[in-house]
Amino acid sequence: MLRYFLSKILQSVLIFLGILLLVFAMVRVTGDPAALMLSRQVSQDDIEEFRERMGFNDPLIVQFGRFMSGAVVGDFGNSLHYKTPAMPLVVERMPATVQLAVTGLLMAVVIGIPLGILGGFKPGSIFDNLGRLVALLGQSVPNFWLALIMILFFAVRLGWFPSFGRDTWKSVIMPAFVLGLPILGRIVRLTRSAVLEIRDEDFILTAHSKGLELQTIYRKHVFPNVAIILVSVIGVSFGYMLGGSIYIEAIFAWPGMGGLLEQAVGWRDFPLVQAIAVFTSVVVLGLNLLTDVIYAVVDPRIRYDR
Amino acid sequence: MTDKQITGSSKAHRNGIEALSQKRNISERLRYIWKLLWNDKSGLIGLILFLIVVFAAVFAPMISTADPLDQNLKISKMPPAWHEGGSWEHPFGTDPLGRDLYSRVIYGSRVSLTVGFFGVLIAGGLGMIVGAIAGYFGGRVDDLVMGIINMILSLPYLLFVVFIAAVLGRSLLNIILIFGITDAPIFARVTRGEVLRIKELGYIESAVCAGARWPRIVFDHILPNLIGPLIVLSTFEMSAMIFYEAGLGFLGLSVPPSVPSWGNMLSDGRLYLQQHPWIATYAGLAIMFTSLGMNLLGDWLRDVLDPRRRRARK
Repeated sequence: MLRYFLSKILQSVLIFLGILLLVFAMVRVTGDPAALMLSRQVSQDDIEEFRERMGFNDPLIVQFGRFMSGAVVGDFGNSLHYKTPAMPLVVERMPATVQLAVTGLLMAVVIGIPLGILGGFKPGSIFDNLGRLVALLGQSVPNFWLALIMILFFAVRLGWFPSFGRDTWKSVIMPAFVLGLPILGRIVRLTRSAVLEIRDEDFILTAHSKGLELQTIYRKHVFPNVAIILVSVIGVSFGYMLGGSIYIEAIFAWPGMGGLLEQAVGWRDFPLVQAIAVFTSVVVLGLNLLTDVIYAVVDPRIRYDR
Repeated sequence: MTDKQITGSSKAHRNGIEALSQKRNISERLRYIWKLLWNDKSGLIGLILFLIVVFAAVFAPMISTADPLDQNLKISKMPPAWHEGGSWEHPFGTDPLGRDLYSRVIYGSRVSLTVGFFGVLIAGGLGMIVGAIAGYFGGRVDDLVMGIINMILSLPYLLFVVFIAAVLGRSLLNIILIFGITDAPIFARVTRGEVLRIKELGYIESAVCAGARWPRIVFDHILPNLIGPLIVLSTFEMSAMIFYEAGLGFLGLSVPPSVPSWGNMLSDGRLYLQQHPWIATYAGLAIMFTSLGMNLLGDWLRDVLDPRRRRARK
C-alpha cells in the first residue's frame, strides 16, 4: 500500500517537472518571447529594453535555470499588466473558482445520481429516457452558448437571477449550473451503466434470494459500488471544470481564475498565463493524487491490481 | 450483461459485424446497414444531422443567399425575417457589420468540418503509430510513452489549448495543428489498449511463427482490426474539436476575425446579446446540432462496431 502511494507521488512530481518544462518552452516556441508579449506599436528600443529586463538575451539554459528555481517556490515574475508578482494574483482568485466548481459539482451529483440509479434500475422508463436526454444535452450543448441563452432568459427576460457578478447567493446558480451540466451528463451515464452492471453480480442475486427488500438491496449493496466510480469522476471533473471556467467566468464576470486567464490572454500577459497554468495543474495533480488514494482505500481491488 | 439491458438498440444490431460479414456483395451490405440504421432512430437522426452539415459545407456557395463577407453598415443588426423589421433577403438577420447571418452560418460549417476532419486525421495518425509501437513492444518503450501520455492527459486540457492558441496566433493551420497534436494521446491510449489485447490472439502468434517481422504484424495484422474502435473514437473526437474550436473562436483565439466561423460569430454576438440576441443564437444552434448529431452517430457506431461492447452484450 505504501509503495503504491509512493510511486503515485513520484509520478506526480515527474509530471509537475514536465509541466514546468512545457510552460517554459511554450512562450519561447515562436522564437521571440518579447514580440509575443508586447504590442506591435512598441518601439525597437523599448523591445530591447524589455528583453534585457526579462532576461531573454541570456543563453536558454540560464533562462531555464532561473525559471525553474523561481517556479519551484511559486515565483513566475511580475504580471505585465498589474506590475505585481503573478502567483499571488492567481491564488487570490482561486476561492471564487472553487466555489463555482464545487457548487456545479454538487448540483451534478444531487441531480445526476438519482437519475442514473433510476435509469439503471428500470431501463426504458420515463426516468431512464429523461436521464439519457440530460446526458446527451450535457455532451452536446456548448456551455459558452448555453450561458448566453440563460442570461437572456433568466436574467434579462425573467429577472430571476443577476446576469453577472458575485454579489448574492443567487449569482452563483446560473454559472455553476452551466459549468456542471457536462459533468451531470457524465454522472448520469456512468451511474446508469454501473447500476446495470452491478445488478447482475452474484452478490446481488444472493441478496435477492435472501429475501431482502429492493430498497435495502439498492441502499446497501448497489449504492456503495456506484459511489466508488463517482470518486474517480469527481477527480477528473474538477480538472475539466477549471478549464470550462474560462468561458463561464468571462461571460458571467465571475471574479475567479478562469476569467483572469481570459483577460491575461487578451493582455498578452504571459507571466500571468504561466502562473495560472502551473497553479491549476498543481491543483489538478493534487486532486488526482487524492482521488487515487481514496480509490485505493475504498476499493481494495485497485491496490492488488498494480 | 443480459439482453433486457440493451435499450435504445434493436435486436438486429446486436450481432452487427457477424451478420454484416455474412453478406456477400456491396448492395446487400448497404441494405443491411440501412436496416440497422432504420431500426435505431437515434443513430439515423445523428447521421441525418451530420449529413446536413456536410451538405452545407460542400454546397455553401449554392445554398447561401449572400456573400458571407459582404459588409453593409446600412443594414447592420437587422433582425431575422420573422421579427418586425426583418426581411427574407436576410433570413437570420445581419451582424454588426451588416453581413448576412444565414450565409455566415452556412459557411461556418466549412471551418468547423475542416478543423474536425484534419484535426482527427493528424491526431489519429500520430496516435495510432505511437500507440501501436508502445503496445506491441511493451517494456520500457511502453512505460516511457504511457508516462508522457498520462502526463499530457492529466493537464487541464482547455487551459493549455488556450495558452498554445494565444502563443501561436490566429490561423486555421495553427488551430488544426493544435488539436491534431494535443488530441493524439487519446488515440494513442486507445490504440495501445487494443494492440495489447489483439497481440495475444492466436493468429498473431501464427504470424510470428511464420516469420513475419514486426512492421508487417503491426500494420497488416493488428491495425486493420482497430478500424472499428478508432472510427468510433474519431466521431467523438471530431465533435469535441468542433466544440473546442468554437470555444476558442468565442475567446477570439481561433481563425482570423474576418473568417465566417461559428465561434467568431458567437464572439461577435456576445457584445450585443441584450438588444440583438439573434447574432449569437444561430451559430450556437449550429454548433449544438452538429455536436448532437455526431454524438448520436458515435453512440450508434460504438454499439455496432466496438468488439468489446458486442462481447459484453452476449
